[in-house]
Amino acid sequence: MQSSKRRSQIPVHVLVFLAPAVLLYTLFMVVPLINSLRLSFFEIVNQNQQSFAGLQNYIKLFTDSNFAPFFWRALRNNFIFFAVHMLVQNPIGLLLAALLAEGGRVRDFFRTIIFMPTVLSVVIIGFVWQLILNPLWGVAESMLKAVGLGAWFGPWLGKPETALVTVALISVWQFVGIPMILFYAALIGIPDELTEAARVDGATAWDTFWRVKFPLILPTVGIVGILTFVGNFNAFDLIYTMKGANAGPDFSTDIMGTFFYRTFFGQQLQLGNPTMGATVAAMMFLIILAGVLIYMFLWARRIQTYEM
Amino acid sequence: MKTVSSSRPWQFIERFIPLLILTVYSVIALFPIVMILMNSFKAKKAIFGAPFAFPNAETFSLIGYQTVTDRANFQNYFLNSAIVTFVALLLTLLIGAMAAFALAEYDFPGNALMVLYLSIGIMIPIRLGTVGILRLMVSLKLVNTLTGLILIYVAQSLPLTIFILSQFMRQVPKDLKDAARIDGASEYRIFGMVLPLVRPALGAIGIFTMIPIWNDLWFPLIISPSSKTATVTLGVQQFLGQFVSDWNAVLASLTLAMIPILILYIIFSRQMIRSITAGAIK
Repeated sequence: MQSSKRRSQIPVHVLVFLAPAVLLYTLFMVVPLINSLRLSFFEIVNQNQQSFAGLQNYIKLFTDSNFAPFFWRALRNNFIFFAVHMLVQNPIGLLLAALLAEGGRVRDFFRTIIFMPTVLSVVIIGFVWQLILNPLWGVAESMLKAVGLGAWFGPWLGKPETALVTVALISVWQFVGIPMILFYAALIGIPDELTEAARVDGATAWDTFWRVKFPLILPTVGIVGILTFVGNFNAFDLIYTMKGANAGPDFSTDIMGTFFYRTFFGQQLQLGNPTMGATVAAMMFLIILAGVLIYMFLWARRIQTYEM
Repeated sequence: MKTVSSSRPWQFIERFIPLLILTVYSVIALFPIVMILMNSFKAKKAIFGAPFAFPNAETFSLIGYQTVTDRANFQNYFLNSAIVTFVALLLTLLIGAMAAFALAEYDFPGNALMVLYLSIGIMIPIRLGTVGILRLMVSLKLVNTLTGLILIYVAQSLPLTIFILSQFMRQVPKDLKDAARIDGASEYRIFGMVLPLVRPALGAIGIFTMIPIWNDLWFPLIISPSSKTATVTLGVQQFLGQFVSDWNAVLASLTLAMIPILILYIIFSRQMIRSITAGAIK
């Protein structure tokens, strides 16, 4: 009887425990996010006057010649950026994790080294690679020459055709530690009995990996995928550091994050536009939300039933 | 029954190839960092003349560090970053632990809903609310203050902290808490008792909260870009923008920005990696 009474109202100490976190989270994250989304339906008339604009901002974003070409390019570039991470970063992360999971002291050392770039600031990494790839210094060129690929070198960061993929690969170089460590944690969690059985049956290490281990770490594959997606559609720092807010050359490295920054704060000749900025942020929100929902309802659910 | 391929060369390859791949990749991971560290201690001529050589008596020079200490306000940037990171971390852990305890320990109406509400923040990046955050900061007069940054970082770090900590708190044995309750301990006292028991989790979350806060460029750039409140990440970014052509200064400032994090990483890397893999081994 007492318990039912307790359930019907929240005791004071529970409120005390919850209040600071809920208040801070609501005030500084949820409310601003909702306000930003709301602002995308308004336009600023003069100075501090706002008026409801319906879907006007979105129509402008998709069709106006001042916004649309930039938006579609940023979106396309962002998908390329994401594709490079999925096709290069995550497979390399998986490979390294599989090799590290075999265990041993030397491998602990490798693990520490390979994860190292991940803890450094993107700003530092951006500048480091700018120096390394700088033809003036010639470090990258000499390295390539040493392995017989000297002719291959070019000013990759300066050319519109190669800049985006180059920046994406630098990001891959920095963050490969994250999929690696997540795959590694999943792989060493697999009970020995399972792989032992396969080995006794004469399966090779390759077969054991793909037939036994990989199906068992599929949930982690999904988590890595969605983390990559959210991280990539939220990326900004690296491109801003290496290529500035204009994401040069000729906007070839422009992604949603830099486009959002420019729209919100303006650039050389163009004034910042908070409501259009909010509209770009709202689009990023929708894209990320779509990714999260697809992950939750298509991938995570299917994997769960698969595990059963 | 098939025999396991046990011929000698095959075994050798099976052992050797993985180590080779790991070595090659480690070199790729380490090489750019080493190049910067090494060349920051050399005179300009040697930086370009022999970039791959270690500094020696002849090429050793601290000119870059001289420029940095003369021109940039690095001590100030470091202090700002340290204050923001430390206070945000402390608040996140304390407030997060309180909320995690409430969600893990008590069955109250709306518990599941609250978990869901807080979980949204794990997946949706706080940056998307930047327009709203800047407006809020302007109205609270918190633009160009460290307080503003701290509040944002606490809000950003809370969801994942609460999510992970409440999992750990659920594992604390019930008998322990019930025994204390019979002895007349208040719920606050019990929270104080549980907290030390989840210390390893607090440590791990601490490290993973710290790194993105220390490294963040976005919010310092937008909320507190003044030179008085700039963090290391922003300070380095601005300094490098001005001194692009002074290679000594660029290399020195990059080194200065990297060293503290690298030292912390080397000290804590074991705990860090163990904490991620702990869930798996259990």
